[in-house]
Amino acid sequence: MQTLKVLLFVSILLFPFNGERLDGLGVGDKAADFNLKNVDGRIVSLETNEAAKGYILVFTCNTCPYANMYEDRIIELHNKYADQGFPVLAIQPNDTNKSPGDSYENMQARAKEKSYAFPYVIDETQETTKTYGATNTPHVYVLNKVSKNNFRIEYIGAIDNNSRNADAASKHYVEEAVENLISGADIPTKSTKAIGCQIKWGD
Amino acid sequence: MRSFSLILLLAIVVSCSEKQRLEVVKFDALENIIEAPSDKVEVINFWATWCKPCIAEIPYFQQLHQNNSSVNVTLVSLDFADEFHQKVIPFVETKGITADIILLDNIDYNSWIDKVDPSWSGAIPATLVINHQTGKRKFVEKELQEGEIESIIKELTD
Repeated sequence: MQTLKVLLFVSILLFPFNGERLDGLGVGDKAADFNLKNVDGRIVSLETNEAAKGYILVFTCNTCPYANMYEDRIIELHNKYADQGFPVLAIQPNDTNKSPGDSYENMQARAKEKSYAFPYVIDETQETTKTYGATNTPHVYVLNKVSKNNFRIEYIGAIDNNSRNADAASKHYVEEAVENLISGADIPTKSTKAIGCQIKWGD
Repeated sequence: MRSFSLILLLAIVVSCSEKQRLEVVKFDALENIIEAPSDKVEVINFWATWCKPCIAEIPYFQQLHQNNSSVNVTLVSLDFADEFHQKVIPFVETKGITADIILLDNIDYNSWIDKVDPSWSGAIPATLVINHQTGKRKFVEKELQEGEIESIIKELTD
């Protein structure tokens, strides 16, 4: 009986945690908050920007060619939607031993070079990345603020359907999601997949 | 004369079977490899010239292609189609790759990723192994280490 109780307790403890790690968060789930260090040295969470009605949360990095191809589009998304309450918040998920080009110093250099007007934070422990279930870069989560300390995930996936050429993209998934959140309409495409670089996990 | 024809025929068959496939294709060509019944175990690896972990594991697939005739290795390049001659072919020549290479020319990734495997996030490297004889298949989304692909093939044979 004692063993059964212990087993039950252990399974309650482990099961949701394991599920989260394997599958990550999904559309409709409450977004997990975090405290991650920005390139300016400050700690950023979802509550830091009090004016935010939501976020365009992007797992991205310095080193992935796909992330690089999308970099200007990420900057444009911020320029277009920050004033409307949906700023970009970029998270660098790679282990910096495995991917030295993504070190904090290199992130600072990149943010400065491209004049990022949004936070570019580092997930040193990779716990936030695991919790969200991000797998590749760039990987976008569009969040909508439901109430204080409560953001809901409304869209997960790619920015658009043409990594090579922004002008040739026929579907702009993230823009569509944000526009629909602003206007209060349903989001027709709630998740998409795209080719990208695998997140470099630490040992 | 008869034996000569036979030799000729044999030579044609051998040269055909050994000829490396090196071309730009649409998704239906990949779908055909995934779905068409085959005596060989199909090993389909997704890679690109810009993807470092992909390049690290390519020698294992080339070795497999050379050493195991019961396996058909296809390296699916996700480089851009207009860079096939500029990037993919020079890479293949430099590395001495003789396994089949097809560049999948369909940038609307969301339209086909699930058809390869619903569990695939889209991150590369990724590898799909199909044993049409046993009906078993396995999809792995990670960089493989030496010997791992052989273990997967064995797993699908038993």
